[in-house]
Amino acid sequence: MAGPVLEMRSIVKTFPGVKALSDVTLTVRQGEVHAICGENGAGKSTLMKVLSGVHPHGTYEGDILFEGKPCSFKDIRASEQRGIVIIHQELALVPFLSIAENIFLGNEHASGGFINWNDTLKHATELLRRVGLTDHPETRIADIGVGKQQLVEIAKALSKEVKLLILDEPTAALNDEDSGKLLELILELKKQGITSIIISHKLNEIRRVADSVTILRDGRTIETLDVKAESTTEDRIISGMVGRDLDHRFPDRTPFEGEKEAAPALEIRNWTVHHPIDQQRKVVDDVSIHVRRGEIVGIAGLMGAGRTELAMSVFGRTYGRHAGGTVLKDGREIRTKTVAQAVEHGIAYVTEDRKHYGLNLIDTINRNISLSALGKVARRGIVDEQEERQVAEGFRKSMNIKAPTVFEPVGKLSGGNQQKVVLSKWIFAGPDVLLLDEPTRGIDVGAKFEIYTVIDQLAAQGKAVVFISSELPELLGMCDRIYTMAAGRLTGEVSRAEATQEVLMRQMTKDKEVSR
Amino acid sequence: MSTDVTDKVPAAAPPGGSGGSSSSGGGLLQLVLDGLRRNMRQYGMLIALGLIVVLFQVWTDGDLLLPRNVSNLVLQNSYILILAIGMMLVIIAGHIDLSVGSLTAFIGAFAAVLTVENDVAWPLALVLCLVVGAVAGSIQGFLIAYLGIPSFIVTLAGMLLFRGMTEILLEGQTLGPFPDGLQKLGNGFLPESGPDTNYHNITLLLGFVLLAFVLLQEVRERRRSLEFDLEVAPRSLFLLKLVAISAAIITLTMLLASYKGAPVILLVLGVLVVGYGYVMRNAVFGRHIYAIGGNLPAAKLSGVKDKKVTFYVFLNMGVLAALAGLVVAARLNAASPKAGTNFELEAIASAFIGGASMSGGVGTVLGAIIGGLVLGVLNNGMNLLSVGTDWQQVIKGLALLAAVGFDVWNKRRVGS
Repeated sequence: MAGPVLEMRSIVKTFPGVKALSDVTLTVRQGEVHAICGENGAGKSTLMKVLSGVHPHGTYEGDILFEGKPCSFKDIRASEQRGIVIIHQELALVPFLSIAENIFLGNEHASGGFINWNDTLKHATELLRRVGLTDHPETRIADIGVGKQQLVEIAKALSKEVKLLILDEPTAALNDEDSGKLLELILELKKQGITSIIISHKLNEIRRVADSVTILRDGRTIETLDVKAESTTEDRIISGMVGRDLDHRFPDRTPFEGEKEAAPALEIRNWTVHHPIDQQRKVVDDVSIHVRRGEIVGIAGLMGAGRTELAMSVFGRTYGRHAGGTVLKDGREIRTKTVAQAVEHGIAYVTEDRKHYGLNLIDTINRNISLSALGKVARRGIVDEQEERQVAEGFRKSMNIKAPTVFEPVGKLSGGNQQKVVLSKWIFAGPDVLLLDEPTRGIDVGAKFEIYTVIDQLAAQGKAVVFISSELPELLGMCDRIYTMAAGRLTGEVSRAEATQEVLMRQMTKDKEVSR
Repeated sequence: MSTDVTDKVPAAAPPGGSGGSSSSGGGLLQLVLDGLRRNMRQYGMLIALGLIVVLFQVWTDGDLLLPRNVSNLVLQNSYILILAIGMMLVIIAGHIDLSVGSLTAFIGAFAAVLTVENDVAWPLALVLCLVVGAVAGSIQGFLIAYLGIPSFIVTLAGMLLFRGMTEILLEGQTLGPFPDGLQKLGNGFLPESGPDTNYHNITLLLGFVLLAFVLLQEVRERRRSLEFDLEVAPRSLFLLKLVAISAAIITLTMLLASYKGAPVILLVLGVLVVGYGYVMRNAVFGRHIYAIGGNLPAAKLSGVKDKKVTFYVFLNMGVLAALAGLVVAARLNAASPKAGTNFELEAIASAFIGGASMSGGVGTVLGAIIGGLVLGVLNNGMNLLSVGTDWQQVIKGLALLAAVGFDVWNKRRVGS
């Protein structure tokens, strides 16, 4: 194989108070797909920011050689001129501009300051074809799905004559089908001679597209492995990431054996919800599920199956327009029209989107934790700050939230630690039923295990847990029973013993006519 | 009683903020510097205010801090400070209120119509004015919170509307004078009693009672933190803080006591600052304001009744605007159609100088007061130096830019 196209040597990057990278060396060969993996906070994103000039030359130590020549980028533009393009985890597209306008944003096909639209559209169409999109380049970004938006990002990168493409968790927000397309595209680009660096948590993806993988841990390079080699198994990569052998990725769970006779802690009957804007569309269609105390019940489904919508509409009608169905708690019908009512009845919903719906990022850990149950640390409307602080300190220790004090703004924590704060917040509210929506999305293997352990403990304490996830192995590893949903409807219910990935996937992809 | 009293608020900010320093034995100066560096945002403006005061004190050959002028400074700025408190809440909640200047004028006019034209007893008029302010605020609050009309639009409309109604009410005339009782609110001083000591006895007494209260509060808070086994600032830093607070309170008390004593409005303002500071820091309601301003969807999903909170924030702004309107009218001893012009801008500027953020979720009541005082001292100092209003505006504009610019720079420096 060809020689190195990129060499990063002994990179050290410090932020005030934190050493984000303490000694990272990365060598990427010409024309390969190079994966980088590591726990959250291992320094992956920081490393890529150093490479792409987000952190300019001079704010870090160490050398970067690209195509044999040293690099000293002062900003992203400088790195893009050399052909290094980074696509961030959060897409950087303007929703109300067209695909074509977005592709050439900051790089317009113009003469004398005026845009040449014919030229723009022609080039945009060509680029879209290269990434396998057939949409018209004048379509607004807001009108296409996340999967296509990701492809537009790549088209944008291609427009800049990219030689080294960096993708930061490109499939985190995509469903399996879109992920598959994206991975195919990366392999296709590889044939065209474009080198890629892909940051990913998903080990099966890495095995599918990558040639080699570099593992980072605590700001250091641990090792670089040849993915194609026999010895490079998923367990091998995981043990590199966490620095210990992971015999099991899930805590040992004693399967639920509660009294089946007692009324379930939460029962949802014939629940139907319409889309908030398109009111004809049923997003959740006649769904009935139940969960008992001490039980962990999974809900599997592909994107658009209506799982989040089900949970949110039950939790204070925070999604869509309710069109029918009842909620029963311990056998008695309850009203959950507002979040406050739902919380009062002992229901908690842990969102899949912690940054937008779960946390006040500019506020501190303690104040985030107490928010949903301020009454517990307040007397006559006045918050007892010492007590609040003590509660937060307790969670910081028991949940192993990595932060110097509970007065740290949540926005400064890594994804896994943020997730622990969201969980703490809802555990503090003292619910009987927890609706967990993708509780391990976008967090690393080590933190995942910690969160699984917490969920397991919650069930052991007699809480009823509904576990919504897109990752089948985690549902299989954690749940006593798994419901499957497709296109808003319940398509199956599988016990722990019967459940396999194949069984679940078959039910998740059931068509309407098949099940009816 | 003084506004400096409320030094307590930033000082009492999470003791854990200086947690790391408890172990370092780098001497007192080092500790202070560390503390400052970490809480740049909180102390930066306080230090800036101190610098401005010292600067003008030198430039005016000591006129700025003459007892009479200090008294004046309080009286001149009281209504902007009252508005700034309410505005801070509005901005923290993620909104803006452009109507307060006009509302201030309207309430002044209403008070004049009641007391001057219709001989309504002043205490009753005062209550009625506050009620009208509450109604005005709650109408705007309802439109913003429950109908979802942006606050900028609603209060822009309110700004025009209340101004117009003021002129209708006054028929373009100036109306006055006000009854004595109401005048006291804007111009009066606390009554005096006891032996002649060359100082205002009641002011001295109040000052020292306040000092004792604040010190006790600080000590109690520290003791409780220790009881709960929580980290606290090192003893030397804590003592230094107490000394600083004491010096500030004693200085202000002595200054005021050696003139006519504490102005009535200072007492009102002191109560407001302590009360609102406490609510914003410790009350569930205050927390909810920060939460909806910081991340509205997350607050909603946490069960915060966001609409109710927004409604009350605007209702409260209406009441405070009414109070400010009464103070302005009382101070000028007349209701004028042009009263309160640009007050909303001064209040907004005070909040931003004092550390509020355009996107909401950030700010303290004390910050608003400090911001208001920065503007107030600039005003007063420049008046003493006979700087024209033309240049005063230029300089105040630059001060606002500098303050917010410093904040932005500081945030970037810390790295976020």
